Amino acid sequence: MHNSGEFKLPFGPQHPALKEPEGFSVALKGEKILGVDIRLGYNHRGIEKACEERTYIQDIYLIERICGICSHAHSSCFVQAVEEIAGIETPKRALFIRTLIGELERIHSHLLWLGVAGHEIGFDTLLMYSWRDREIVMDLLALLTGNRVHYAMNTIGGVRRDIKGQHRQKIQQAIGQLEERTKYYIDLVSNETTIIKRLSGVGVLSKEDALRLGAVGPTARASGVKRDIRCDDPYAAYGELSFEVVTDDRCDVYGRTVVRLKELMQSYAIVRQVLELMPQGPIAAKFGRKVPAGEAFSRYEAPRGEDVHYIKANGTDKPERVKVRAPTLANIQSVKQMLKDRYLADMPIVIAAIDPCFSCTDRTIALNYAHPAKKALLSWPQLHSFSIEWYKKQGIDFSKLNQSLRRTSD
Amino acid sequence: MIQEEEILRELKSKFIFLENRMRISRQRRIFLEVEYSNFPALFDYAVKVLGFSMLCAITGLDEGETLGFIYHLAKDSGITLNIKTALPKEKPLINSVINYFPCAEVYERELADLFGAQVEGMPAGNRYPLTDDWPENEFPMRKDWLSPQAQKGQVDKNA
Repeated sequence: MHNSGEFKLPFGPQHPALKEPEGFSVALKGEKILGVDIRLGYNHRGIEKACEERTYIQDIYLIERICGICSHAHSSCFVQAVEEIAGIETPKRALFIRTLIGELERIHSHLLWLGVAGHEIGFDTLLMYSWRDREIVMDLLALLTGNRVHYAMNTIGGVRRDIKGQHRQKIQQAIGQLEERTKYYIDLVSNETTIIKRLSGVGVLSKEDALRLGAVGPTARASGVKRDIRCDDPYAAYGELSFEVVTDDRCDVYGRTVVRLKELMQSYAIVRQVLELMPQGPIAAKFGRKVPAGEAFSRYEAPRGEDVHYIKANGTDKPERVKVRAPTLANIQSVKQMLKDRYLADMPIVIAAIDPCFSCTDRTIALNYAHPAKKALLSWPQLHSFSIEWYKKQGIDFSKLNQSLRRTSD
Repeated sequence: MIQEEEILRELKSKFIFLENRMRISRQRRIFLEVEYSNFPALFDYAVKVLGFSMLCAITGLDEGETLGFIYHLAKDSGITLNIKTALPKEKPLINSVINYFPCAEVYERELADLFGAQVEGMPAGNRYPLTDDWPENEFPMRKDWLSPQAQKGQVDKNA
């Protein structure tokens, strides 16, 4: 090994640069990556098997927990397959509400990604900014569904909560603010030399390779592959909405950043259309516990790409088979190609650029003071004021900058 | 559903054995079933001639005496072709499709790990998704394999 100047570096499964356990064995020559061997499965929880042992209704909640960020994507994909087998006609209003929550989920996911990407390239201000703005959509999701990540909106036959009159104004206000912020990020990414230089030419995946390796979602679209399930195989209310499938020909991490930011703008437009076109009516159709024998193949454009579920029913209240293929599994193949002949230092951002998943659902912050007996729980507005006061003491006043944000969260 | 019907017609004229074994379940969804001996030729035709350029997933099924495999193919127009085939459990030997779709590697490893399928032509590499010390000949997605909770009868109590 020493003679050839090559060596193998184990990277993960537990590594500070990785957000979730994955094992990479990197063959290096100096700083250059010759090849990568990926070991997956550390997070395998046997959910498909567990689904067979539980009822359809229980499975919705289990399926939702496949992923914290794409929870609505998975549950929607699952329920629309079950509805197809059971021959349930889902009310139109429910389909529009599903679409609305799906797009809000995409917004929070893309903003989360922008922060992670900023962090991975040492631009932590971007992380702080985008995650602060992400709170606007998280608060909105909590208002509409009762939770920040696991919304439990879907049920077989429709949705569980309606969008009320007072919600519409909040949604419009939040979308307006997020749109302003996203324009700022688009401007930042288009003009900030550090970002352009750091991300351009990194993690290259040619269009041919993206097609050959079966890349999905923003990863594929940033390599010029115009594929989006919302458009190609419309589900929920997407068939009645007009939006643009964003693509980019740069084929690198910079392209993936541009695609996600532009997709945010499309999502805002979709949310507005949903509010405008959402019909009145019931939000759920009746569903008996048992599903007649049959099968369905369901697809959904999750924030990270195509999510597919195959469901086989056997006439009982439990499914015969539930098969899930999440987008990251389709994209992980492309990572090998993206890393080949690149530098080791690019590895964290290249891996992050396909946007692998992780969960965050904390609502309160626990402060442990140096004195062990003194403990306090802070709510979000309290923490917000605390941070502003803390910075004031350091001689920096953020109150003005935060005023507009505060208005939405209040 | 003109496109779907055209695909069906084309398949029927090319492969006589597909007579009465195909159905359009809804718009953009075609399901069909073939003997494994006919599978490679049909798969090749679907990918190369009919233009099903994406492999979304491969589903494994435990059907009692046989192991079922469904190859979920898709094309850009949104139509998916779900080709089902089956092999006896004693010798579930399938050919790898990585020559068509490199992404099939993990899907096939999953079939091998969870269902005990034997995949010919699979390159050497890490197993997926089970751990390296997983006991041999235990395939958790087979129906006779019960999860520890199910063995203790704890699952239904929550229902």
